[in-house]
Amino acid sequence: MQQPNKLTPFFENLNFEREDNTMVINFGPQHPSAHGQLRLVLELDGELVTKAYPDIGYLHRGIEKMAENMTYNEFLPTTDRLDYIASTSNNYAYALAVEKLLGIEAPRRAQVIRTMLLEINRIMSHLFFLATHALDVGAMSVFLYAFREREYAMDLMEDYCGARLTHSAVRIGGVPLDLPAGWTEKLAIYLAKMPEAIKMYEDLLTENRIWKMRLENVGVISGEDALNWGCSGIMLRGSGIQYDIRKEEPYELYSELDFDIPVSDRCDSYGRYRLYMEEMKESVKILKQLIPMYFETEPQLMAHAPQYISAPKEEIMTQNYALMQHFVLVAQGMRPPKGEVYAPTESPKGELGFYIKSEGEPYAYRLKCRAPSFFHTGLLQELLVGTYIADVVTIIGTTNIVFGEVDR
Amino acid sequence: MAQHQVNYASSAGLPIALTSVDKLVNWGRSNSLWPLTYGLACCAIEMMATGAGRYDFDRMGTIFRASPRQADVMILAGTLSKKHSEFARRLYDQMTEPKWVISMGSCANTGGMFNTYATVQGVDRIIPVDIYLPGCAPRPETLQYALMMLQKKIRRESADMKKNKKQNLRLV
Repeated sequence: MQQPNKLTPFFENLNFEREDNTMVINFGPQHPSAHGQLRLVLELDGELVTKAYPDIGYLHRGIEKMAENMTYNEFLPTTDRLDYIASTSNNYAYALAVEKLLGIEAPRRAQVIRTMLLEINRIMSHLFFLATHALDVGAMSVFLYAFREREYAMDLMEDYCGARLTHSAVRIGGVPLDLPAGWTEKLAIYLAKMPEAIKMYEDLLTENRIWKMRLENVGVISGEDALNWGCSGIMLRGSGIQYDIRKEEPYELYSELDFDIPVSDRCDSYGRYRLYMEEMKESVKILKQLIPMYFETEPQLMAHAPQYISAPKEEIMTQNYALMQHFVLVAQGMRPPKGEVYAPTESPKGELGFYIKSEGEPYAYRLKCRAPSFFHTGLLQELLVGTYIADVVTIIGTTNIVFGEVDR
Repeated sequence: MAQHQVNYASSAGLPIALTSVDKLVNWGRSNSLWPLTYGLACCAIEMMATGAGRYDFDRMGTIFRASPRQADVMILAGTLSKKHSEFARRLYDQMTEPKWVISMGSCANTGGMFNTYATVQGVDRIIPVDIYLPGCAPRPETLQYALMMLQKKIRRESADMKKNKKQNLRLV
């Protein structure tokens, strides 16, 4: 038996020195289409993939362990680095879990702002999917066009919170800032621009015969298999199963908003690509409804829960007791009640949820992040078998995995 | 005096430019720095944004290459984990001389916020770094500025890489 080490690892049932015609090749972790640090060990028979082993852990940073040594508010910026393509969706999922643990609810204006940010992040993430997926398949110009619109969305995020990529735009109990003046007008301009842009991508790709040849009947997964592998998000809806947490367990304002969940029963990469385009249109529709809702709200931004959340700055500066509470919350951190909680959200990639077990300390006893990409990476070992080596990058692209949240 | 006696227009000769080998070679090197697409984490997204339309890295002669054999600059964009560090060193060794390294983002510089058992606390423990680029994640403009600093550094150096001391340049 070979001596396993990091460069020649040991894989069960996989012999690197072979006598038959199959060949073992290594894909990644530095591969431009590996979407980060995916390493695949592929066993090939000619050009057909006969076995595929995803090897993960190249971006393992110990985020869940870090959560056990950080107060709840301290940990929030770390969640940005999980799914770094749509940071606010992670911030929100974490804040939602802690809020559920504390039993508080964000005020109405904060909810509107959060939903806006979540949908902008969804558009950003889907545009990024389109850009990289098209680039992997070979359509370079779509990458440049999709990034153009993505930059405008990032401008909106930057105007709101000052960061382009790692936003930390949500706090436990609300949002830190009100929308700056003129922000909703900018958003309206962006929303007017988006349908044209989406139409342009569709003109470029949807009926493009190379695109169709590369995507149709590639990465086929039946609805039953998708359920068994724990898929969520578009990987599930692309296989004909209508399941979206925004509809099943509505959070924030999704129960009041009018939007559809596009479903495709094609089960292949092409169907999923169509779903991403449709979801972007739905996000535009949601954002359009949210702008008038914002102006109907009261200006309160953070929930009122003095033992968990600092009072507004005016109260801290004028009232002694509020200042004392603020001091304790900053110096020691909030102490949520004992218990455990799981809050699922529909992130752009699928079901993202945080499980928190609290012992009543300022630190979580255990925090677990249920990241959708992790399950989609596991799926690769079944999805890749029987496909051609040229389709491997298409299938990795269509799963839309991000290694920040796979390895955590 | 001599240069005034050459009449470029009438004698049909080519325009003459005098330079040193160092300057000529470094002019070429600094204006076609090809980085390796080595996205590790969040910073890779900003690295891609730098290559895309708005920031347009190509105008500096910077075209991303997927193979270390064709690359001059390694931009380490993101957290380097201990599991990955052997690969990083291997990729660096596979790059042909002359080669430079930009460490992009706090994680690559010092480990950043991830002071855990799994992350390398600064890529300069694995490979020599020329430019440290602060930020989490640095903006695309910052990456372009870092590349311009690297170009300046290359132009200042000798074309013979053996004569250059491997020293780190501070972003002033």
